[in-house]
Amino acid sequence: MAALVRSLGDFDLAEECVQDALIAALEHWPREGVPANPGAWLMTTARRKGIDRLRRAKRYEEKIAQLEETMPSPSSMPDERLELIFTCCHPALSREAQVALTLRSVAGLTTGEIARAFLTSEATIAQRLVRAKRKIVDAKIPFRVPERADLAERLEEVLAVLYLMFNEGYLATGRRGASDRDLASEAEWLATLVVQLLPEEPEALGLLALMRFHVARAAARFDRNGDIVLLKDQERWKWDQERIADATTVVGRFLALGRPGPYQLQALIALAHTSAASWEETRWTDIVRAYDSLLGFTDSPVVRLNRAIAVGHVAGPAQALTEVDALSLDLDGYHLFHATRAELLRQLGRPDEARSADRRALALTENPAERALLERRLA
Amino acid sequence: MPHYMFMFVGSEDRRNTTQGPMPEVGKWWDANHDVIKGGARLDTSKNAMTVRRVNGQMKVSDGPFVEAKETVGGYCLVDVPDLDAAIKLAKSWPAGDVEVRPTVEH
Repeated sequence: MAALVRSLGDFDLAEECVQDALIAALEHWPREGVPANPGAWLMTTARRKGIDRLRRAKRYEEKIAQLEETMPSPSSMPDERLELIFTCCHPALSREAQVALTLRSVAGLTTGEIARAFLTSEATIAQRLVRAKRKIVDAKIPFRVPERADLAERLEEVLAVLYLMFNEGYLATGRRGASDRDLASEAEWLATLVVQLLPEEPEALGLLALMRFHVARAAARFDRNGDIVLLKDQERWKWDQERIADATTVVGRFLALGRPGPYQLQALIALAHTSAASWEETRWTDIVRAYDSLLGFTDSPVVRLNRAIAVGHVAGPAQALTEVDALSLDLDGYHLFHATRAELLRQLGRPDEARSADRRALALTENPAERALLERRLA
Repeated sequence: MPHYMFMFVGSEDRRNTTQGPMPEVGKWWDANHDVIKGGARLDTSKNAMTVRRVNGQMKVSDGPFVEAKETVGGYCLVDVPDLDAAIKLAKSWPAGDVEVRPTVEH
């Protein structure tokens, strides 16, 4: 797909040709057997279909010559998925367009699958994709890996797209069945791809490790009734040890590169949680230290809130509450700010204030699983 | 080659209180003269008027099209290979924000 976009210079055309080639494969392979190199076969067929389509559209005549010229031998087919990822996640596109394009063009989801994943209509997603592709063509967004000087900034954009995709899928697991193609695993697959293509980028490794730690704990996050189980109460034997080992290997890889960043620090925090045999044995001082470094990269009130929770386990709930209360101006509209206060107030033996904080939290969230948890506390 | 319009956006207050453009702006303009296909520094929006279509008739009203603290203080048309080249050039602009817009080719 990526190679085709490059040689045809046209997103839609390339997509249609890939579909043509897939249909041709469905017709030929059962009869003639699967070719030795299916990828190359599809590529060659897609290019041929491209030439057919261009021939039909006379105004593209000059492009035909260009395409025939760029026909490579199948064995020397370059991997241009990285160019495709950077084009789909170009900062000139809106975040929602980046997400939809990446899922469509890199992960190969259909418009319908993307629409279901975001609980929106197929028409909305189709229109979003059309607009984004038009902008790529009209604004001449180039199809290439950014220059060295811009790579870090552009990679940050790609990773933000993948993290958003992952969170969307991960937070939604409670409210939807597992039948749809799951965004969290698409995002994890895409992160694996980025790491393969850019193996020396520590932040990409950091994000991949972070995703794997989250996925490893997924089975313990909800109980039989679909209610949230807090990390503290999770049955740790349900965690996927194989995935934790995978994630830990990735941590080793980014540590060896020695260029810390926010995703790597979040992965280290996740590692501290998953490597503790029990909640009580969690190494909170390590976690507080990782949050301190994280604040050096991204000083946000939400990071400060999470740090304060860790501080509570080292210095006690009174100290934590002081730090949490200092964030009230910034986080008054954030349900987890009030839920955290409630938890600390309960620990300090102030149940009435805790209840009113829980009520504030309940009023601020619409997520059914979170609401159920808060209602149980208030009951 | 594709053309992009750069619209230089900045604080109107700053524009009203300073005399001429920053010296860096002149340097930027000189350094990039081979890709710049025309442009100008605009006078303050206090001196703007807008000819508006009201019920099919063109009427003059005082003031800019949109009143804002930040206004377009200048523009230029550039001729570069693609959007990334345009963005790179816009990032080197020394004075304020830049809106980058592709032009429509026929």
